[in-house]
Amino acid sequence: MQLSRDQLLRAYRQMKVIREFEERLHVDIQTGEIAGFTHLYCGQEAVAVGVCEHLSADDKIVSTHRGHGHCLAKGCDVDGMMAEIWGSRDGLCKGKGGSMHIADVDKGMLGANGIVGAGAPIAVGAGIAAKINGKGHVSIAFSGDGACNQGTTFEAMNMAVVTKAACIFVFENNHYSEHTGFEYAVGTSKDIASRAEAFGMKVWRGDGTDFFSVFETMREVLDYVRVPGNGPAAVEFDTERFFGHFEGDPQRYRGPGELDRIRETRDCLKKFRASVTGAGLLSDGDLDTVDADVLQAIEDAVTKAKAAPRPTAEDVLEDVYISY
Amino acid sequence: MARMMYREAVLSTIAEEMERDENVVVLGEDVVGGMGTAGGPEAIGGIWSTSAGLFGKFGADRVIDTPISESAIMGAAAGLALTGKRPVAELMFADFIGVSLDQIWNQLAKFRYMFGGKTKCPAVIRMAWGAGYNAAAQHSQAVHHILTGMPGLKVVMPSTPADVKGLLRTAIRDDDPVIFLEHKALYGVKGEVPDDKDFMIPFGHARLTRAGNDVTIVSTGLLLGFCEAVADKLAAEGIGCDVIDLRTTSPLDEEAILDSVEVTGRLVVVDETNPRCSLAGDICAMVAEKAFASLKAPPLSVTPPHTPVPFARELETAYLPSIPKIEAAVRKVLSYR
Ligand SMILES: Cc1ncc(C[n+]2csc(CCOP(=O)(O)OP(=O)(O)O)c2C)c(N)n1
Ligand SMILES: [Mg+2]
Repeated sequence: MQLSRDQLLRAYRQMKVIREFEERLHVDIQTGEIAGFTHLYCGQEAVAVGVCEHLSADDKIVSTHRGHGHCLAKGCDVDGMMAEIWGSRDGLCKGKGGSMHIADVDKGMLGANGIVGAGAPIAVGAGIAAKINGKGHVSIAFSGDGACNQGTTFEAMNMAVVTKAACIFVFENNHYSEHTGFEYAVGTSKDIASRAEAFGMKVWRGDGTDFFSVFETMREVLDYVRVPGNGPAAVEFDTERFFGHFEGDPQRYRGPGELDRIRETRDCLKKFRASVTGAGLLSDGDLDTVDADVLQAIEDAVTKAKAAPRPTAEDVLEDVYISY
Repeated sequence: MARMMYREAVLSTIAEEMERDENVVVLGEDVVGGMGTAGGPEAIGGIWSTSAGLFGKFGADRVIDTPISESAIMGAAAGLALTGKRPVAELMFADFIGVSLDQIWNQLAKFRYMFGGKTKCPAVIRMAWGAGYNAAAQHSQAVHHILTGMPGLKVVMPSTPADVKGLLRTAIRDDDPVIFLEHKALYGVKGEVPDDKDFMIPFGHARLTRAGNDVTIVSTGLLLGFCEAVADKLAAEGIGCDVIDLRTTSPLDEEAILDSVEVTGRLVVVDETNPRCSLAGDICAMVAEKAFASLKAPPLSVTPPHTPVPFARELETAYLPSIPKIEAAVRKVLSYR
């Protein structure tokens, strides 16, 4: 189905926001001003955006340690996220969570997560709630190829099938879990979707470096899961991570020239540009305007994050409970 | 003596014990690194570099890189231990006991007792713990109070490279399951380490790192150094502190603490776990029960508050016990009337 000019511009902008957000963090982290562990999402933007462009705030997502892209794609505020990563009091989580724990429940973003494999069961709960509510809303569990080896993920898949949860397991296969290769760690086969299939789910597969592949695949998946009574589904997107596992990773597991090659041939932004300009849907000028706009927005977010008030010792005690 | 980092002491002890006993096997996530990649094996050797080079030396049967499956790793350690091996399993972050606790707590820890003493379970579970890296609520926790409360586990908390050497060797040769807690902020700390390949430190023997007659300070891990700094500062004022490094929290060297408190009459326990049902509370209670007559002031503890570990620098600093907070507590017990 053909997207409108506005839809195309919006999708490109969303991917570009993620890209520049992460590229900027990659630079700023080297100065030592940003604390903690940061896992960048660069290279996988088409997945987050291709999924979330179909969702409303009533649809829920559960994310991972590599969560910035999912958060941004689901509508989390760029300034609020940047401020959170900088540990400021204005951050989306008041500086309490940081990169690995960004959440905005009102937007349907139920949290990034520091525990690999923790997200899928939570998405099952949200998917059961969606089923009970009966309005055709869904929950999405984003998981990596590494997380698919966690028992929690297996349990979640089976329980989603048993309970007919309105839940979609989105596996982002970027071929690595930290320093370990997918081919070593996933013993059954060369693919994750067949595991999900074995649990009794309908499954799809797509190219996670191509926005249109993700978007069209997800249209089918969502059409299916939004039908009351159909229960869960799973989809695997093959994708690439452009940076190290975390910022500071020596990446000795990469082959020679691997990073250059994937940046050259597997970049979702380049592919998107080629595709829409080739088809005459948008011009390079249209996209360049978005690029400039996004760069400015990221610059502004960093400026605000740096100037934002810092949390204080008293803040430590806040928010443990609602009442105690 | 050789000078080495805390992390190097971990690695070299494991290597020496693997050399000595072919039943010692290592397992964990990324303990080799690079498996199934173009770059090939040994891309990392453990994210704390505590298994670097072991794969090349001892091979895939004895250095087992696992998928991200903590329950299975802990369970496999239990199964290996029940069948004649001596697994040294790595849990990348202590926080991940959350995913794998059944295998540690209901299985590994209880086998010997449940089986009427008819088996042994010589597993070592190593885990990196502690705050100080702004790694937030799921990668910074101190969990030794939880594990110390579990009958069947021994819990070891080295604070120097030499103690790593002596205690890890004891752990690997011990026939019971041992939790070996390595504080992240200590991995880069250097110290003198005995060369003797049989150098062992027995469990349940605390170490007196500063001696004085006025206050007893009990601690472990990273915070031990903070306590020593406070003791050194107060020594210049003529105030003497006993600083006791517990080394193991299970078994606990009650005698060392009680002997000291009998002289000083004043106790400050400094610990990184949350305050409720904690190590600090446990030791204060033990002293109140067993040395009440010696006490000149109520025992005090210095711990983080009853909150998760926060992310931002300012918040984490406020959360953690610090040199000023420890000093204030020591002065408070000293000034008690
Ligand atoms: C329970 C748990 N085990 C291990 C880790 C350490 N860890 C963080 S991310 C990661 C790799 C995850 O790989 P994958 O699921 O493929 O996600 P990717 O990093 O590729 O996005 C590991 C082992 C963790 N955070 N939580
Ligand atoms: Mg991965």
